[in-house]
Amino acid sequence: MKPFEPLDSVAVPIMRANVDTDQILPARYLQKPRSDDFGAYLFRDLRFRKDGSEVPDFVLNQEPYRHGRILVAERNFGCGSSREHAVWALYDYGFRAVIAPSFGDIFHSNALKNGLLPIVLPDATVAALLKTISARPGSRVKVDLATQTVVAPDGTTHSFTIDPFAKHCLMHGLDELDYTLTEMQRIIEFERRYAGEVATGPRSDR
Amino acid sequence: MSDTNAPQTLFEKIWSRHRIMERPDGQVLLYIDTHLVQDGSAPAFEMLRRRGIAPRAPHRTFATPDHYVPTDSRDLNTIADAEKRRMAQALMQDSARAGIRFFGLDDPRQGILHVVGPEQGLSWPGTTIVCGDSHTSTHGAVGALAFGIGATEVSHVLATQTLWQRKPKTMRIVVDGRLKTGVSAKDVILSIIGKIGTAGAVGHVIEYAGPAVTSLTMEGRLTLCNMSIEAGARAGMIAPDDVTFEYLAGRPFAPAGRDWDEAVAYWRTLPTDPGARFDREVTLNADEIAPMVTWGTSPEDVVPITGRVPDPNAATDAERRDVIERTLSYMGLKPGIPMTDVPIDHVFIGSCTNGRIEDLRSAAAVVKGRKVAAGVEAWVVPGSGLVKAQAEAEGLDRIFKDAGFQWRHAGCSMCLGTNGDIVAPGKRCASTTNRNFVGRQGPGSRTHLLSPMMAAAAAVTGRLTDVRRLMEGAA
Repeated sequence: MKPFEPLDSVAVPIMRANVDTDQILPARYLQKPRSDDFGAYLFRDLRFRKDGSEVPDFVLNQEPYRHGRILVAERNFGCGSSREHAVWALYDYGFRAVIAPSFGDIFHSNALKNGLLPIVLPDATVAALLKTISARPGSRVKVDLATQTVVAPDGTTHSFTIDPFAKHCLMHGLDELDYTLTEMQRIIEFERRYAGEVATGPRSDR
Repeated sequence: MSDTNAPQTLFEKIWSRHRIMERPDGQVLLYIDTHLVQDGSAPAFEMLRRRGIAPRAPHRTFATPDHYVPTDSRDLNTIADAEKRRMAQALMQDSARAGIRFFGLDDPRQGILHVVGPEQGLSWPGTTIVCGDSHTSTHGAVGALAFGIGATEVSHVLATQTLWQRKPKTMRIVVDGRLKTGVSAKDVILSIIGKIGTAGAVGHVIEYAGPAVTSLTMEGRLTLCNMSIEAGARAGMIAPDDVTFEYLAGRPFAPAGRDWDEAVAYWRTLPTDPGARFDREVTLNADEIAPMVTWGTSPEDVVPITGRVPDPNAATDAERRDVIERTLSYMGLKPGIPMTDVPIDHVFIGSCTNGRIEDLRSAAAVVKGRKVAAGVEAWVVPGSGLVKAQAEAEGLDRIFKDAGFQWRHAGCSMCLGTNGDIVAPGKRCASTTNRNFVGRQGPGSRTHLLSPMMAAAAAVTGRLTDVRRLMEGAA
């Protein structure tokens, strides 16, 4: 994972609630290897017609939204399937942050593990932001993880919260597993104690 | 430390038992008892290989292919797409390399993981169960904490048998009363989602309770917990009781002998203590639940079969009106028409939601002596090889086949179409699955979620139908 850098980018509005991960990354691309550019599959069925031509109405097919790195969406973005490929698609396309009033739980945690910052802001703030960036295409939004702030096109600053550890990992491009591996002794001790308890789940070696 | 005498919820009891340590930011490292892996797990195994780490607890890991397997043959070589074929093969190879128990296509135990887990007795009360699939919530029906995870988390569990989690909030959904004839667990969960919305339980673990829940069979409970994720909850659970113990007793991987007695004694301590507090409580009355069917592209777009397609002009605000208009345009539905006027092209009975033996029995009871309507393509895809064998032993396959259904092999199949079983663009499917998202069953597909009984009724009439009318013989 690459360290998260401050963003100053065109913001892209997705004007619909409950955008599920099937729409972000249709299931027929799930078998593609991670080495593929998943950005090509992002919002595939919203972005492209069956013959591969662009759907002109879709926001990512319009200038200057095409080059956005910040997505602004409505409630419950990324609900549904646990496919991490949805995050890969957004990341590979170039997105580094998604701002929404709420996220699907699994999408939220997948995003943090892949360098995509999910930012929760209040409903009214997101609604105002969506209005601005739709009315004035090309409006820029700034995201700074260090100070945990979003600066809207009108200059207003909005703070957001994030788990300090997730922030640390994002800022430094660290992997959670590396940290866990430094705590293996704790895991081994737990397992030793746990082995004496009843009904600890099925095992294939007994 | 918390007061150990304070009343605790089922969730809290499981959470605290599996808590290894807490990070300064409040995230807890949880021990994972059981890890189920499916044939979408190749990226996670690859992440591990790149780091030179071997799976830590292969004896706590169980694998079966479900997403990419063909349902018209039991031969992986018949998968035309090389990449899809590789996904199914990779699971076999990764499992063999790591010493993970694997149920392949030549094994009758193969099937959809969330059907296989309970069926094999892999899903135990009081345990933590994860899988790289959002419908892992299913296993909560036995009183486990079970939830879906992403690929990076799968690799974390493979490497350490643990997972970092922030303690979720708790929500209790009490369903009072009694389910009426023609109404099933599927209708209960669709009603719940209709009431609280698809984001209703985000950040929460749901505990389902109340007389209409405890009177469900284990299979009904599995259906209920399965769609917790469609209500936004990562996990849903039901307190273990005699129904649970009777279901698990004697299953291949369930505890046996003295271990069984000890396990049951422990499991009886798990139900939520009287007076334990939930962050949120929701109540429904089962007497008021009718057979449900979705009209739109989110599971929350749901009405009783006696209802109508919504009219955008009746919407309270412009934004909502636009959403309904867009949805009806995708779904090809006229505003305000009765749901029972909607003709269908496909019927799909199966999936981790409704691919179990009781589901097939309830559908077969409706189909028996009737024919699939002209022009309708109807499929039954049992949830596992063992469900298929059981159904065949009971003669259910004959009922379906005589009526004109296709009787296929176990897999996820048309629920999401990863194996190529899809609904053609613009076609309409009455489906016992869990998601009616845009393009879920194939690009341009139109899905109506409903129960197996309701799917059977749609198959024989060729339109969405109130199954209760067929039961009265009033068709």
